[in-house]
Amino acid sequence: MFKRREFLKAAGAGLMMSILPNLSWALAPAGYKRLLVLVELKGGNDGLNTVVPYASADYYRLRPGIAIAREQVLQINGEIGLHPSLAPLMPLWQDKQLALLQGVGYPDPNLSHFRSIEIWDTASASQQFLTEGWLTRLFREQPTPKNFAADGVVLSSQVLGPLDGGARAVVLSNPQDFARQAKLVADQQPGHAGSALEHILKVEGDIRQAAASLAPLPRTAPSEAPTAGPKPNGGFGNAVRTLTDTLARGVDIAVARITLTGFDTHGNQQPVQARLLAELADGLAQLRSEMTRLGRWDDTLVLSYAEFGRRPRENGNRGTDHGTANVHFALGGRVNGGLFGQTPQLAGVSEGNLQHAIDFRQLYATAMESWWGKDSRNVLGGRFAALPLLRG
Amino acid sequence: MLKKIFLASVLCALPLAALADIGVDGARHLLLRTGFGANPAQIAALAPLSREAAVDKILAGVRTQAVTPPPGWANDPFERPGQPGLSEDQKKALQQERNQHAVELRSWWLTEMRDTPSPLTEKMTLFWHNHFVSALDKVRSPQMMYQQNLLLRHYALGNFGQLLHAVARDPAMMRYLDTANNRKEQPNENFAREVMELFTLGEGHYSEQDIREAARAFTGWGLDHDDQFIVRPRLRDSGEKVIFGQRGNFDGDDVIELLLQQPQTSVFITNKLWRNFVSPTPDPAAAAKLANDFRHNHYQLKPLMRALLLSPQFWRSQGQLVKSPVELTIGTLVTFDLTPPDWRVIAGLNRQLGQDVFAPPNVKGWPGGEAWINSATLLTRKQFLDRIAHDAAPARDAFAQADGSMNEMAGREARINRFVAKGVASMKLQPDEWAAIYDARRAGDAARLLLAVPPANPLPPDASGAKAIAQLLLDPAYQVE
Repeated sequence: MFKRREFLKAAGAGLMMSILPNLSWALAPAGYKRLLVLVELKGGNDGLNTVVPYASADYYRLRPGIAIAREQVLQINGEIGLHPSLAPLMPLWQDKQLALLQGVGYPDPNLSHFRSIEIWDTASASQQFLTEGWLTRLFREQPTPKNFAADGVVLSSQVLGPLDGGARAVVLSNPQDFARQAKLVADQQPGHAGSALEHILKVEGDIRQAAASLAPLPRTAPSEAPTAGPKPNGGFGNAVRTLTDTLARGVDIAVARITLTGFDTHGNQQPVQARLLAELADGLAQLRSEMTRLGRWDDTLVLSYAEFGRRPRENGNRGTDHGTANVHFALGGRVNGGLFGQTPQLAGVSEGNLQHAIDFRQLYATAMESWWGKDSRNVLGGRFAALPLLRG
Repeated sequence: MLKKIFLASVLCALPLAALADIGVDGARHLLLRTGFGANPAQIAALAPLSREAAVDKILAGVRTQAVTPPPGWANDPFERPGQPGLSEDQKKALQQERNQHAVELRSWWLTEMRDTPSPLTEKMTLFWHNHFVSALDKVRSPQMMYQQNLLLRHYALGNFGQLLHAVARDPAMMRYLDTANNRKEQPNENFAREVMELFTLGEGHYSEQDIREAARAFTGWGLDHDDQFIVRPRLRDSGEKVIFGQRGNFDGDDVIELLLQQPQTSVFITNKLWRNFVSPTPDPAAAAKLANDFRHNHYQLKPLMRALLLSPQFWRSQGQLVKSPVELTIGTLVTFDLTPPDWRVIAGLNRQLGQDVFAPPNVKGWPGGEAWINSATLLTRKQFLDRIAHDAAPARDAFAQADGSMNEMAGREARINRFVAKGVASMKLQPDEWAAIYDARRAGDAARLLLAVPPANPLPPDASGAKAIAQLLLDPAYQVE
């Protein structure tokens, strides 16, 4: 509780805080050798049924058909608890390596999937239109080392999101295929103007560089596969496996982004969300165990994000419509586990939406400043206070 | 023989051709943009015409119906997504049947895209499929998706207002955007939001209040027991609504009329057509005039497309668009007269490349443009082109999976990959034959028939047309049109 109060005080101080160098809680940053894993919960996960305010009568008033029953909630204190599907995350919570960020959003929220994810991916203000992903801007200004295979890899999605618009990004669905096919990319003469062709030539260049480092090791027997442990289920677990397999080869990247799709639950939400959250929790637990085995869990920071949360009141189809502020996760070996932000204020809510307590750009500032030790002001178009999410 | 001589004369005579003729370059450009690929015989037929004559010839030939016979089940009554009282085995059988129908549905449309005498009709149908998006995974009825496809084709170059009214009552759309679940007491805003944001006005031209009120106006629209459109007065909110500052007891059709009255609708549609058919950046003044004419023409699409295709910007836009997966795969089949042994091969390939027809990723559809190309999709594109251009030696067998340790999902992908590899290998083009038939003797001749812009990799001097084809297909310039 102390931590939460402390943070709220910091957030309340707002811009005044932000002009001070806020490094008191930051660990000594270690640059891009530290891995950032972004987990996109595509469609807008319903945060109220993820971190459940089970002590709130208002919660049950607003959701007569889809609330998570009190006795099913995995209680973490007297007010809130996790969705039962998130049981695999409980060990992380108990080890204080899981932070629950409540009320993440931004001012003047947009409720369109496409516009809102664009705002998140570009780290723009609500009325500001940017075309480059926030990581693209960061890596252009403060590049990753030249010997990195790529700035980042993208798994379970063909969309580059925060790496869009010029970062060295590789979509890594199958590393074996990637290495083999990369041979089809011949050397070209540089200097072709005209954006469509220029884009293709740039992607060819990224492929050549990534292929040089990502070449898979020959597999002699299944038992010598880089990743041990049980085989994952579902696309998310597969993506986690692909990532840890790749990292096991000693490949350097700064960012991985994994997408889990299907959270746009306008109808019949309960079974869908339960399945997705189970897939998420299993995959994150697997990520932790593999990264621990590789000795890199302390150098891994996982942040979840989504275009928006969902409305507190359920709709007429046992689902939820597009809302605003949402709950997100931060986890990793150096994460300062606990509660951050503000538990949703549901009293008096009928058709309304939730207010945000944490600006999503503060999460990006935390990643850039406290995790990597890079300046975030130009990338974010201003100073956003980092959160005390990390310990030394 | 006649074809060969004719094309040869076009290729040779081009420098002397009258300025009014669109020539080989113009014909290839117009054909690629209004259809899928360009066979040299098709190029030869358009090359001697003026811009106006060529565009009018294409528009005069547009059809409103497909020529490919539909799958046998296509006109059966809609199957219901779930019937009460089915056993697990029955549910499984139903799902298998539905999957089989989905495969046949894709094969049917892809066949039509290649074989149609009216490629622009299919190009526009695909455009509307990516505008008025519905997807099989939510609609869960191949019949409904088939009926929607017929609807989009019927109005493809007809009247946009009529199309919008029809789409709003289309069962697949009503299921996809939850219109059928929108009731007086419990409005579901999904359709009301997307009809403004994605179908007519675009982001920023309406308020959240407009959406809430429009959702109320669409209450009462539903699907009956046979999944046909029905109005249910008892579920309708007949109170007064205020939309775009206008007040009234509006129903769904009234909302659509209000949307058509907004000048922004014509601007939004015109710009989207421009980005699809001309270039990623519409010329503001030219697009504004086209939009204005479009609206005053009561949203007739044919005159708009005619004006767009005759704009000077169109004729300067070679190479400014990235080929979509369907344009790449179907276009390559058309260009080289290839027949896949099984259309599932092409459907699987398109899916890997990110454009699985009848399954757009979300209601906004495929973003297109540069987003088609990333490291994964570019390599798969090249793999496909390499396979059809070269002898399929085992060492090149990149689609096959050697790895035995894979789970179910990866295994399914691998099965698709193997299937695609086998299918692609059996539609290998014959470069010598192709170059000979179309008289592409020199590498430069082949480049002009195949590329919208000069190749990024220089062609070897003195290479024959046949020898150059493999290199041209792998050249980055083959990815643009």
